[in-house]
Amino acid sequence: MPLIHIKDVVKTYDMGAELVHALSGVSLDIEENEYVAIMGPSGSGKSTLMNVIGCLDTPTSGLYEFTDQNVGDLDDNELAEIRNRKIGFVFQTFNLLPRSTALHNVELPLIYSGVTAQQRREKAEQALVSVGLGDRMTHKPNELSGGQRQRVAIARALVNDPSIILADEPTGNLDSKTGIEIMQLLVDLHEKGNTIILVTHEEDIAAHAHRIIRLFDGKIASDEVVAEPLIYAKAE
Amino acid sequence: MHLGESISTTWQTLRGNKLRAFLTLLSIAIGVFSIIFVMTSLGALQNSIEGGLSALGSNTFQVQKYANNEGGGPGWHMRTRNRQDLTYAQGLKVLEGTTGAKHIGLEVWKFGVEVRWRNVKTNPDIFLAGETPGGLPTNQWDIDLGRGIMQSDLDLNRKVVVLGSELVRMLFPPSYNPVGKTVSVGGRRFKVIGTLEAKGGLFGNQDKYFIIPITTFFEAYGRRRSIHIMVQARSRENFEQVQDEVIGILRAARDVPPGEENDFALFSNESVIRQFNEATGMVRIGTLAIAGVALLAAGIGIMNIMLVSVTERTREIGIRKAVGATRGSIVSQFLSEAVVITILGGLIGIVFGLLAGNILAVALEIDPVIQFGWIGFGIAACVVVGVSFGTYPAWKASNLDPIDALHYE
Repeated sequence: MPLIHIKDVVKTYDMGAELVHALSGVSLDIEENEYVAIMGPSGSGKSTLMNVIGCLDTPTSGLYEFTDQNVGDLDDNELAEIRNRKIGFVFQTFNLLPRSTALHNVELPLIYSGVTAQQRREKAEQALVSVGLGDRMTHKPNELSGGQRQRVAIARALVNDPSIILADEPTGNLDSKTGIEIMQLLVDLHEKGNTIILVTHEEDIAAHAHRIIRLFDGKIASDEVVAEPLIYAKAE
Repeated sequence: MHLGESISTTWQTLRGNKLRAFLTLLSIAIGVFSIIFVMTSLGALQNSIEGGLSALGSNTFQVQKYANNEGGGPGWHMRTRNRQDLTYAQGLKVLEGTTGAKHIGLEVWKFGVEVRWRNVKTNPDIFLAGETPGGLPTNQWDIDLGRGIMQSDLDLNRKVVVLGSELVRMLFPPSYNPVGKTVSVGGRRFKVIGTLEAKGGLFGNQDKYFIIPITTFFEAYGRRRSIHIMVQARSRENFEQVQDEVIGILRAARDVPPGEENDFALFSNESVIRQFNEATGMVRIGTLAIAGVALLAAGIGIMNIMLVSVTERTREIGIRKAVGATRGSIVSQFLSEAVVITILGGLIGIVFGLLAGNILAVALEIDPVIQFGWIGFGIAACVVVGVSFGTYPAWKASNLDPIDALHYE
């Protein structure tokens, strides 16, 4: 039974004057502990696919089953609960709360899953230590470098032990050296058993994945296994 | 739901824009301030009037020709101008005929006399009272030194006087015993037989009494004046019965035909408090109306600020939704932010209202009070304002699409 089962998913946006077909019949399965890159030029529908997979959006038609639940049947609150417990987002622009400390940012998902304050703190501290930011817990985002901010975001994505980590252009706002460090972190997380879905338009970044799905005009153009994924890329 | 989270984000929001926070808090604080200030001042005033009234004593009522504040109503003057005085003879009938009373005092007053002892002279602001023996307990005058007025003083028209403590202080050196000394009013000489314990009063010390036997008073100043009758019932229970008894005796003595109104006035502490409450009721209603308008304006201000805040924090809302906040948690976050702001403003208003009201109380030399009921009302009003004006912004926030919100610049 795949972790993600997508069958003939169509997503159409009504832009008033015209209908935009962001996804026109996408089918794919993703198993547990896969490391998948979704690639494609802008406008190819990769962001829409990520939003659908991340339960931020629901398909117009077609079937999306996530951990055996039909996402199309779920209401707003149930979608929120899936995002909370089963999905960890990592965004290009980090999307941290600017006025909160790193620790509080990482605690945020736990607040919405009703974890007690003390457990929240412990788990958030563990997550920050695991991304190498044990000494930056009380810093606010503007006191951290771009790479550190993205690590905070990754810690936040990890903190609730999600089924998948969804990373949308996670290195897009970072210099190449820092980007490689972040990619190494994701490779580590994959090796520890996490399922990672990476959305990117950069070949170098996608090369870390074990499977690359290419989208074009809202359809899957290719879906290939990578023979030799890039592991432990060197900074030099 | 996530109250701690809401309070901490509210605190961050307030700190993030100090001027805006100050103005928002100020608007709500002014509304609450006006309520607490007026209610505290009136409360202090009321307490002190009740305290001052205990001069009249518990279970005590007074009969006079006119009520203190009688008047008003068309034709009042015509109806009452032919009233007869309450005479000493009528008073004596009450004194002799009332069975249920503990004390009955008859008294007459002359205000603004000048008292001399040797070469010391007071201002002409002394209260001269002619009293029967019962007038001392019904006025709650307690003897400090010497003795009070006795029946034999009345029978013999003795020229004796009991002095109020403030008058003693004005005339005599400190810790001087005035009993047995002779003082004079308008050339008439009186022997001091006693002094009263200090009591203080509503507006400063009022113990400027010069108390002589009522018969001596009549002899000196004439009988043609209306007396006051002071009646103290034995207990709360027979208070009304004693009132009825006195009314009956007086109606008979004054030939009031059955079915006609009393041609005299009765009042007690309760009736004076009732009059005070009637008089201040309009002030209270007016204050509540003004405070209501102020709180309405503050509420609109808060709604405006919350709407601005929702727009500014669109991205934050997107982030929260992405990590699992439900609509309900977003609503409760923004709603509790609005309520935290209004309560914070309300607390500021309460503190300043209590301070201002009690500074006024102290300036008027009355005891400060804390009106817990009105404080509770103020806080409740803040919660109502916060919830009613915070709901729409909170609903708007909760309805944002997470994808749009995350990409909001």
